Formats: sequence, C-alpha cells, structure tokens
Amino acid sequence: MNKHFVSAFVTGLIFGIGLLVSGMANPDKVLSFLDITGNWDPSLMLVMGGAIAVGVVAFTLIKGRTHSLWGEPLRLPTRQDLDSRLIMGSLGFGIGWGLAGFCPGPALVAFGTGAPKAIVFVVAMVAGMAIYELIEKSRTKAIS
Amino acid sequence: MSIDWTSFTPWASLSGGVIIGIAAAMFILLNGRIAGISGILGGLLIPKKGDVLWRALFVAGMVLAPTAWLLTGPLPEMQIDAGYPLLIIAGLIVGISTRYGSGCTSGHGVCGISRLSPRSIVATVAFMFTGFVTVYIVRHLLGL
Repeated sequence: MNKHFVSAFVTGLIFGIGLLVSGMANPDKVLSFLDITGNWDPSLMLVMGGAIAVGVVAFTLIKGRTHSLWGEPLRLPTRQDLDSRLIMGSLGFGIGWGLAGFCPGPALVAFGTGAPKAIVFVVAMVAGMAIYELIEKSRTKAIS
Repeated sequence: MSIDWTSFTPWASLSGGVIIGIAAAMFILLNGRIAGISGILGGLLIPKKGDVLWRALFVAGMVLAPTAWLLTGPLPEMQIDAGYPLLIIAGLIVGISTRYGSGCTSGHGVCGISRLSPRSIVATVAFMFTGFVTVYIVRHLLGL
C-alpha cells in the first residue's frame, strides 16, 4: 500500500489521540473554556499554544519548497483576501461550536466512542456539509 | 471572570496540543497537505478520482483513536450536556458554516495560525468571538 495512505491514517490517529489527551474531545470542558465570564477553565488555550508551537516549526521548514519531504506537491491555500464568506462562515461556526461544545475533529473522535449524542451531532454536521454542497451547486448553475 | 483552577489541566492540555501539532506537522511535511478536519471530511461528499482514499483513511484514523486508546486504559471523561435537538441544530450550523468559512479549529486555528495566514487569523478571531458570545448568552442571559 502506498505510504501516503498509511501516513494519512496514522496522522488521523495521532490527531485523535492528541484531542483525547488535551481535553478537547470533552464538550463540557470546551464549553467551560468558552465561558470566559463565568468560572473559566483556560486549559484549551494551552492546546492551541502547544499545537501552534510545533506547527510553526513544520511550516517554517517547508517554506519555499514546492514538494513535501516525500515528494508530494504542497497544497497550501494561496488566498490572502478577506471575503464575507470566510468571515460569515467563521462567525457562524463559533455559534454552532458554542451551542454544543463540538467542533469537527473532536466530534469525529467522540463519534468513535459510540456515544449516541456524538453520533447524532456528526450525522447533523455531515448533513450540514451536504447542504452546503447543494447550495453551491444550485448557485453555480444559476450563474452559468 | 474567575478561573476554575480545579478543572485546569495545564499539562494534559499542553501535551495534547503538542501531539496535535505533531500530527499537523507530519501531514504537511509528508503528505504536503493541511490537516483541516472540516475540509478533509467535506471533500468526501463530492468524491473526485484519486482524492477519496486518503481522506477516508484520515477520518478513519480519527474515529479509531478512542479504540486505540482503550488498549492502554479507560477513556478520559466525555460529558455532552446538550440535548438532541440542540445537537442537531449545532451540528447543522457547524457543518454548513465550516465549509463556507473554509475551515475550523484545526485548519484555521492550528495550521493557519502556524503559517501566519491572515485569513486564518481573522477566521480564528471570528469563531472564538462568537463562541464566547454564544456561551455567554446561553449560560448567563438565558440561564440554560
């Protein structure tokens, strides 16, 4: 089997374990982090801090390269402009995140525990992504 | 604001963050891709030839993380307070808006900030802001 497929699986596994270790996969803890005016649990600041500290090293290492260490083309977003889709989408995402305490990664990990509530959230989230695709499809049709 | 020191888990959260960072680093250094969960998952809904297996394997790795964890010991606490109707609404919102906003906590919050992308920094500020506001409204204004 192609090594890129192995690394995709292993990366997903490590990412998921990191989410479990960090506390991000526990919606109650996420909501305590978002509750800055209440009894605030700042732990998740350290999750981002730890992840970004390692991430900065990796993204500095690949700066100026066109291919990964394994010779795969680097697929980095190139857009620099701030459009309303980015901003409205991100504002909307925060509302959904704050309502249940789940963002996509931790939701997938929680799904893997078999918890019925996590399964319902993930099904709704995938349905939301499908709705997006349908809206986009009808939009591009209307334009062309 | 008061800090909830009894729930504060600095070392677990920091080391979990570092593990997440290692996963994000592996993915860009080896596969040449951004480890953005909403994008990886959403891309499965419009399957393109040669673009399906790596996504499916990454998602499978995340979903299997709790199973791998169980080989070493009991899973960490996971408390989902939201009821089913709220989980469905939140899931739909997260699904639609992460696709509109081109990313979530992983793609924008970890990878985007690590590569100092202006779009990702704006997106992260936006979803953190509405996350804080949503929890404030739900917990302190509505008292739910």
